[in-house]
Amino acid sequence: MSIYSDFHSARDELYKCMKCGNCQEVCPLYQTTRKEVTVARGKIGLLEMFVTGEADMTAGMAERMSYCTTCMACNEKCPCGVQFDRILLAARAEGVRRHGLHPVKRTAFTALRLQRFFNFGMRAGSKLQAAVFRRVEGRDYGARMRVDLGLLGQKKVFPRLAAKPFRSGRPALYVSQPRMRVAFFTGCMINYFYSDMGEAVLDVLKHNRVEVLIPENQGCCGVPASVNGDVASARALAERNLRAFEDSGAEAVIVACSSCGSAWKHSYERLFEGDGEWEPLAAKWAARAYDINEFLVNVIQYDREGLGRVERRVTYHDPCHLRRGQNIFREPRAILQSIPGVELIELKKPDRCCGMAGSFCIVHPDLADKVLDLKMADVAQTPAQTVATGCPACRLQLWSGLINSGLPQDAVHVVQLLQESYANAAAG
Amino acid sequence: MQKELIKALTQLLGKENILTETEDLLNYAFDATAAMPKQTPDLVVTPRSTEQVAGVIKLARQYGVPIYPRGSGTNLCGASIPLERGIVLMTLEMNRIIEVDPENLTAWVEPGVIIQSLNDAAAEYGLMYPPDPGTVTTATMGGSVSMCSGGLRGLKYGVTKHYVMGMEVVLANGEVIKWGGKTVKNVTGYDLTALFTGGEGTLGIMTKVLVKLNPIPEARKSLLAVFDDLDKAGNTISAIIRGKIIPATMEIMDNTTIRTVKKFTGADLPEEAEAVILIEVDGYREAVEREAALVDEICRRSGAVSVTAAKTDEERDKLWLARRNALPALAQVKPTTVLEDATVPRSQITAMLRAIRAIAHKYDLPIGTFGHAGDGNLHPTILTDVRDEAEMERVHKAVDEIFAAAVQLGGTLSGEHGVGIAKARYLPLEFGPAGVEVLRWVKEAFDPHYMFNPGKVVLRG
Repeated sequence: MSIYSDFHSARDELYKCMKCGNCQEVCPLYQTTRKEVTVARGKIGLLEMFVTGEADMTAGMAERMSYCTTCMACNEKCPCGVQFDRILLAARAEGVRRHGLHPVKRTAFTALRLQRFFNFGMRAGSKLQAAVFRRVEGRDYGARMRVDLGLLGQKKVFPRLAAKPFRSGRPALYVSQPRMRVAFFTGCMINYFYSDMGEAVLDVLKHNRVEVLIPENQGCCGVPASVNGDVASARALAERNLRAFEDSGAEAVIVACSSCGSAWKHSYERLFEGDGEWEPLAAKWAARAYDINEFLVNVIQYDREGLGRVERRVTYHDPCHLRRGQNIFREPRAILQSIPGVELIELKKPDRCCGMAGSFCIVHPDLADKVLDLKMADVAQTPAQTVATGCPACRLQLWSGLINSGLPQDAVHVVQLLQESYANAAAG
Repeated sequence: MQKELIKALTQLLGKENILTETEDLLNYAFDATAAMPKQTPDLVVTPRSTEQVAGVIKLARQYGVPIYPRGSGTNLCGASIPLERGIVLMTLEMNRIIEVDPENLTAWVEPGVIIQSLNDAAAEYGLMYPPDPGTVTTATMGGSVSMCSGGLRGLKYGVTKHYVMGMEVVLANGEVIKWGGKTVKNVTGYDLTALFTGGEGTLGIMTKVLVKLNPIPEARKSLLAVFDDLDKAGNTISAIIRGKIIPATMEIMDNTTIRTVKKFTGADLPEEAEAVILIEVDGYREAVEREAALVDEICRRSGAVSVTAAKTDEERDKLWLARRNALPALAQVKPTTVLEDATVPRSQITAMLRAIRAIAHKYDLPIGTFGHAGDGNLHPTILTDVRDEAEMERVHKAVDEIFAAAVQLGGTLSGEHGVGIAKARYLPLEFGPAGVEVLRWVKEAFDPHYMFNPGKVVLRG
């Protein structure tokens, strides 16, 4: 039984917890609020009472489950091996079953399911954004909301919507004598906001003679829906993506977003646990899913001969769903260190959550900002010129934080530096 | 009344420092102690100053509501469970390190400071705060001083009470007193500092604490000795002390613990070993080298099957892996982990280990024992499931017998976890009725209406 279908399937996970409170040490929310409800132990306590019947899954309890960035730092710390993200996702799904979804989220996830409608909306948005957003002075890549819609706050700096979505009408990338034939799952952030990251992925794969298909029918990975307990939307999106990639004839799926990567590797199988039709397909593609960093380092052993100099001091932020979600943290560092001229300077706590956490920063903007402040303080103490990361969502959060903190660094994905390095070599 | 009290507290503390909604309050119905009753408080408040603490106390007095002080809620005797509802007073927002004084080797801290934060601040001066409970990265200074927590370094460095030099306390009448100070010598009046240390929040609310710091030792060295016989392990512990060596740490693990740790961590330990002892010496480099060589020799002479000394920090971490994972590994075997801390004179360690093994056999319960052999503080850990009522019945009987065995061997009910709810009813076993009555006099002198942490340590007569 999937944790998404029945909360009781997370029961054994609940009872592993011995309430020692060690999760307090690493929880980014507890560190900023010092309230028990924000840390894993507190929520486990609540859910235990729900299971035993001592407390109801009230709307209030369901709401308390939103206090988590699913950064999984507690999983790593827990002496008893509790996988808190499993418990939390099951609880959120239970909350939605009982109390429904927040109307804003319901509209958003429905839009995601209707890919063409969503695409139209984002295109329209790219034309209208000037009316809604005010450009950040002196920087060409960000804008703040002109008015506070009561949701996002006016502080967060958003990248500009791409005039044309990255995938729109883009042909497959064919190379002569391809070493492999892969399909690129872009995810929404790259498709609508960060075309530059998408271009970097394609350029780097092209340089390494990898053929890249871009299946047209792909959509949102479904993580925004599954982490918010909207299981039906998450499953619909997963089915669409699995079908699109199964039909593509590719040998592997490449992702450059840590959440999308976790979806392919873990969420799809969990969503379809016990489903005779979809579970095998989800398992098949989970085994063929690669984050771009691990693909380059471990699968095709990317070309290190053709690297040009990039003179830059770079620090690296570990996305939670890459570091703890997929155990990928050596690979991006290996890439950075292989680029001549790049000096990698570690943060004090490179794997502390940046506070973005998808819709978390929309539901709890103040808390997300406080978590981000800690990250910015860490960055400010390094002499780094660039903050590299492995996820477009983290990149957005870091960007926003850097601008709001008045820090001069920019934030890029690791492959963008690799792209630059190859380009510099080619330019001689 | 409730509404009036909330209104007055809101005026005093501000809305953001009071929790009143059920879903928030449920989080404070429990702490880190297994198999305890749960109770939800009426309110949770987070004062930010001594004046606000005094204000909360005055209001609680006026409305006849109990106050349950709480730090991180990591204690192991139910000490922060609000048994009679009322107000949970959180110290977490009073978290300033007021001063580190490298000349007097002292630090003033507020109660909500996490122990490790004090260590980090002291380290800038090459100093440390030696008490080292397992919760050093989560527990607060207020909590660990109130519970007089122990830890791994008790043998050489003592426990919390050996490091508390003074404090500021708000009394039941709302008055604020300061006691003790930075002088090493101080015999002026009764030692209230000592009384409040380990007072478990039943006598007043600590708002500032003055603690002693030590220089960080220059070097340390760890050794792991494996034994095929309990007596040999026990004799080794005695032989090391008789050899005039005082290691910082001397830890022991029994066969059940060894097998469990091996299973869960893959630690490199022989499954058939009856005991392993982990020893760490620290001090000046030359002294450490000499002591480590002596410890090595004594272990071998006393019949250790093998002795491994760590040469690097990495090797040290490897030796410590098993000990660090003792409790976590045991906790993964069954859903409920009942962790006791019965303590005996160091010379009785072997006898106590045997007694625990007999009790485990008698009640057919898995009990893994590990602990601080150097100071006689053992952690018999019963692996069970609170949902299995018949088994819990046997667990309670086994705990009774463990306590009786410890007292019989000249030991005590609790070495470092405290009394709280968990051991309150066992006190007559150690003190007799007259002794318990004395505790009651002291309690009632400070807190005649049982406002502070009622239901803990001293029960109403």
